[in-house]
Amino acid sequence: MTMTLKLPAMTRRGVLAGIGGMTFSFALATDGTRILSTAMAGAGPVPLSPWVRIAADGTITILTITEMGQGSSTSIPLMIAEEMDADWNKVVLEWAPSDPDLYGYTNRGGHRSMSVTGSRAVMTYWNDLRRAGAQIRKVLLANAATYWNVDVSTLKTEPSVVIDPASGRRLSYGEIAAFGKVPTNLPNIDTSELKTPKDFRLIGRSVPRRDLPLKVNGTAQYAIDVKLPGMVYASALHSPVHGNSPESWNDAVVRAMPGVIATVKLAGGVGIIAESFPQALAARRALRVNWSTNRVDGFDSEKALESYAAIHADPKAAVTILDRKGDVNAAFTGAAKVYKAEYRSDYTYHAQLEPLNAVARFNPAGDRVEIWDGSQDLGRCRDLVAKTLGFSPQQVEVHQCYLGGGFGRRSLADYAAETALLARAAKRPVKLIWTREEDVAHGMFRPMTFQCLEAAVDSSGKVAGWRHCVVGDSGGQNLVTGGMRISSYYALPNQQLELRNVDHGVRLKHWRAVAHNFNLFAIEGMVDEIAGDQGVDPVAFRLERMSITPKARRCVETVAKMADWTAQRPDGRALGFSMSERSGTVGACIVEASLNRRAGVIRVHKVWIAADAGIVVQPEAARANVESGIVYGLSSALFERVTVRDGAVEQSNFGDYMVMRMSDVPSEMHVSFIESGGMPTGLGEISTPCIGPAIAGAFHRLTGKRLYHMPFTPSRVVAALNA
Amino acid sequence: MAAFTLNGKPISVEADPKTPLLWVIRDIVGLTGTKYGCGAGFCGACTVHIDGRAQRSCQVHVSAAEGANIVTIEGLSPNASHPLQKAWVSEEVPQCGYCQSGQIMKAAELLANNPKPTRQQIVTHMDGNICRCGTYNRIIAAIERASREG
Repeated sequence: MTMTLKLPAMTRRGVLAGIGGMTFSFALATDGTRILSTAMAGAGPVPLSPWVRIAADGTITILTITEMGQGSSTSIPLMIAEEMDADWNKVVLEWAPSDPDLYGYTNRGGHRSMSVTGSRAVMTYWNDLRRAGAQIRKVLLANAATYWNVDVSTLKTEPSVVIDPASGRRLSYGEIAAFGKVPTNLPNIDTSELKTPKDFRLIGRSVPRRDLPLKVNGTAQYAIDVKLPGMVYASALHSPVHGNSPESWNDAVVRAMPGVIATVKLAGGVGIIAESFPQALAARRALRVNWSTNRVDGFDSEKALESYAAIHADPKAAVTILDRKGDVNAAFTGAAKVYKAEYRSDYTYHAQLEPLNAVARFNPAGDRVEIWDGSQDLGRCRDLVAKTLGFSPQQVEVHQCYLGGGFGRRSLADYAAETALLARAAKRPVKLIWTREEDVAHGMFRPMTFQCLEAAVDSSGKVAGWRHCVVGDSGGQNLVTGGMRISSYYALPNQQLELRNVDHGVRLKHWRAVAHNFNLFAIEGMVDEIAGDQGVDPVAFRLERMSITPKARRCVETVAKMADWTAQRPDGRALGFSMSERSGTVGACIVEASLNRRAGVIRVHKVWIAADAGIVVQPEAARANVESGIVYGLSSALFERVTVRDGAVEQSNFGDYMVMRMSDVPSEMHVSFIESGGMPTGLGEISTPCIGPAIAGAFHRLTGKRLYHMPFTPSRVVAALNA
Repeated sequence: MAAFTLNGKPISVEADPKTPLLWVIRDIVGLTGTKYGCGAGFCGACTVHIDGRAQRSCQVHVSAAEGANIVTIEGLSPNASHPLQKAWVSEEVPQCGYCQSGQIMKAAELLANNPKPTRQQIVTHMDGNICRCGTYNRIIAAIERASREG
């Protein structure tokens, strides 16, 4: 099984159609899936494209959306195949074209989207694609019934076969495809006709991910691997200060260097096109640019973070109330005890291992462009490239590639838009690769934040009032408030959540689990602190004093049992606990940690996670994804830190932006899914935000001290010990 | 002009002597399984074998590879049949997969010299290779499996 790159097709629409067999075209409409015959698909006012094709030899081709390691390129078509009752061994996958009108789902804003973010790929496609699969199965059954002249209700299916139990006759899906007709008016599917979990043959069975074999022999195709005839290479130098643009540069010097074809002014930098990538890199090193200036010049992130506490205390600061429940003031006025604590977190960088890159190629007339990108959002990539070029979206086609890590960074293809500009200037296909240094310096970061948490405990020792204020830069994208709402696990009666927004002009972006990372750190830090002060075990406190929801209770009780929470630990080790929540999933996490007090180094030895993510489509891939989230969370909690000084990012590569390595990883990670039976929810980020607070909890049990600033760098750990 | 053996075949390429071997392999020869991750020797995504030793091809000038026997992920085995490649699939190691060519080449060096490594020896040997998806424990399990099932 391979996902082949189609070259040099300018458009792939119709690739599946018109080559015999049965083609099922459907669009995921706002009112559910619509499935149409190929004839109608071609004639309708909305051009519908084929998702599924059954060939006469039984091969079933299903389109899929994206793959960054979380397994969704397998799990999305698997949902169709399940309800089709397809033989998975006969299914081949192809990338869907970049057309959200046809291949997208309807997002929360009511727009068509192919965005695969927030761990929501499976949950967003779950209902529509299963329904579509069931419709296809019904069409196959109807064709078989006509062929045999029997009542369709007497027929059954097994994988890729229709069976007539009365006679024992069998027709494979391939045989049906040889004569079958896709009717214009397709059968309706009632929800009751969908399979129930006991009938699943594929969902929940850990079917091997289709991308794995390609990733052990070097054949998986990432955008950086694309090579086109006549293609040239480019690199770029962006302003070290975000927001500045190039005013002039030593163009004659650079253009005279070996292999250099052109230099191109970009919005935030200069692109250099050369015959080879090393030549482009050499020219980049020689480039000297005079940059414009803007308010980011002189920015100092550590000083800015220091100012956040004053913004929190400033009665004149603009405040956005995000949520208010009950009577918060009364809860605090009538409290037996009031708690208050402040938390901080730093900028972090995605550090996806494939540096940002793309390939662009124009047609000879220059009025259509193809892009190769490993994209978390093909539609948004298409639209941004179109806007940058002054094209309509229909003049742009984006070819999906495997992503060498996404983590939120690859849902915005600013680098692909730059590639298109370079290819237009070069009049040749261009591959643009940002160097790692460029990827760091011109990164888009998880915002730094300050948080103030206040809690009112009533005379029974229960938390009755809750105030959470976050100060940070939302980046115009709600980047700091996610995860503040705690009601899916703590149904506290009186709550007030507020944002005090700042705006620094530093580039910001969603970063795996986004704001949940620092908000959970603050929320669970506060809860742990109250538990400690009240002299109650941290797990018992959550179960008894936090108005915990039934779903969360199951997670807490499960993880406590997994970790044997009350058992004695080896000398020098302690457990810490944290709740977690993300994309509809609730989870609970325990870590076992130790501390080198002199060096200020925390080590996590074991991690346990219990999560309720509803039905889990691909349990083994899901487990791997949760393990990945643990490591990402550990890395963030212990090491990761971007600082900006004099307006420029101080870090440059993996030598000074530290990410977790093998020797740092816990020797044991245990993951358990509590499948409460509902539809799937997002689970790829559930294990990231809980790691920091769980470590802080363990640190307190080891030392009696609290950690209030993530990451827990050695100097901060030592300072906390001496506090 | 540089001449060397790549995956068992003699190769000669026209390139500036200081061109990193990585880009010669990827862009001139056209074998793209070897990846660019950091360009500075920090991450190991570009790991290949040069005369049997795992080296970071972004840090090796093509001139230094003159006459050498170089093996990339594409040449590690026919049909992905190396015990490590099979174990990598069995343990479902890869996620995004971008680092995994380098991880496998680094691990292959270990098993070639030490067919039965301890867990600690595995960690020490592999510690320079970054996996941002955090598949480290599965990498360890796969190396142990390959060592066992070899």
